[in-house]
Amino acid sequence: MKRIADILAPVALILALLATWEIAVRALAVPSYVLPPPSAVAEALAGDWKSLIASAWNTLAMALQALIVASLLAQLAALGAALSPALHRALRPLAVVLQVTPVIAIAPLVNIWAGIDHPERAIVALAAVVAFFPIFSGAVTGLRSADPDLERLFDLYGANRRQRLLRLRLPSALPFLLEGHKVAAGLAIVGAVVAEFVAGSGSAQGLAWRILDASHRLQTARMLAALLALGLLGAALYALFEALERAGLKWWRGR
Amino acid sequence: MSVAELIDVEVAYGGRGALGPFSLALAAGEIVALVGPSGCGKSTALRLLAGLEAPQKGQVRRGARPGETAVVFQSPTLAPWLTARSNVALPLELSGVSKRDARERADAALARVGLSGREAARPAQLSGGMAMRVSLARALVTSPRLLLLDEPFAALDEITRRALADDVLALWRETGPATVFVTHSVEEAVYMASRVVVMSPGPGRILAELATPQSLPRPPGFRTTPQFRETVEQVSAALAQGMAAA
Repeated sequence: MKRIADILAPVALILALLATWEIAVRALAVPSYVLPPPSAVAEALAGDWKSLIASAWNTLAMALQALIVASLLAQLAALGAALSPALHRALRPLAVVLQVTPVIAIAPLVNIWAGIDHPERAIVALAAVVAFFPIFSGAVTGLRSADPDLERLFDLYGANRRQRLLRLRLPSALPFLLEGHKVAAGLAIVGAVVAEFVAGSGSAQGLAWRILDASHRLQTARMLAALLALGLLGAALYALFEALERAGLKWWRGR
Repeated sequence: MSVAELIDVEVAYGGRGALGPFSLALAAGEIVALVGPSGCGKSTALRLLAGLEAPQKGQVRRGARPGETAVVFQSPTLAPWLTARSNVALPLELSGVSKRDARERADAALARVGLSGREAARPAQLSGGMAMRVSLARALVTSPRLLLLDEPFAALDEITRRALADDVLALWRETGPATVFVTHSVEEAVYMASRVVVMSPGPGRILAELATPQSLPRPPGFRTTPQFRETVEQVSAALAQGMAAA
């Protein structure tokens, strides 16, 4: 009973909000290029769904490529930082600067570097920049998070550096890595969309292109439909990584 | 010759004295309990004996080689991603014993602490008492000459504590490592040890040393004997005096 209520409550709220929206827009005769009623958005969604799915796929593909690049680089950097305190001190400020600089501000630069003819490279690079930090930070924290008493046991039994890394630090870092990837996955979508706004999308048109295109034509309903698709894509990716995290943790702890 | 010895050691953390001057010599096959209030440096003394830390003053003499020392911590300190068997096999594998031998010896050690059949369980699937037994098995699997127990039962309920205390004594009788047992509990100290060392509030010094009556392991009903009660009273009185002086 409680679970049904858990699902029903938000659904009811959303339906009520949509109904209010529909009635208000019609009653106040708001022009549809300012705010179309939900029914018009639904219509746009029904009309555009094929191209929206294709665009969502393009955005997702960019984000996932970026995630793979970010994951490899971030874990490599974190491993280096764990093995060498000097490297850690050197990397940390760079990683922080990279993280606090808004991606939209670096986008034009990366766009030039990637070559104006290769916007997809710029998109992957920018999304990877955004996704890098949570994985790096998670991995660095994780590699230092081993139980101090277990560290003492490894001291006591004369473990060498390799044993300590492979048998203690890496396995201890797993929960932090999973968490880092989950956060990074959501950010990679954000990064890909922002980059697409700045860099354009070349031949493979992503969701940002759909939004821009509709906005240029004042087709607000189609804009909202694309936004909805983007929201769903982000939520789906997050849910996927959350499920991966749960499964990973279950395997790690054995229950 | 003693298995391990602390001679006038002193340890300070950030300029604040934590331990000493403190001396303790451990003969082969004896169990020494260290009792004292929180922060008296009991655990520090243990880390010195294990060679995990060095004193700022004084000397540590260790007859046991590094691989012959085992420590059991307050929490079971098991790797959650490893099975009970792999946790117990870990010290052996770290010192180069083959995987197969390590596995066999780990299973034997788990059997000794009464955990046959739970070899494949992960720590999260075990109760607190069982996890502590795995930790004990891991300490015993290397057949240590020096066994250091740092409040190993502190997180357990009274019944489990008592059962484990008897188990530790039974296991101790099999191989007889020199054992140091750190505890807050006076009764546990008197029950477990052949010698009780009472420490002052930090920086810990020795206030009193008492031999306990009867031989180890304890006969049934030992806790109700007048000698047991009397020793508990003596240790408690020494502790109280130390607290009052501080």
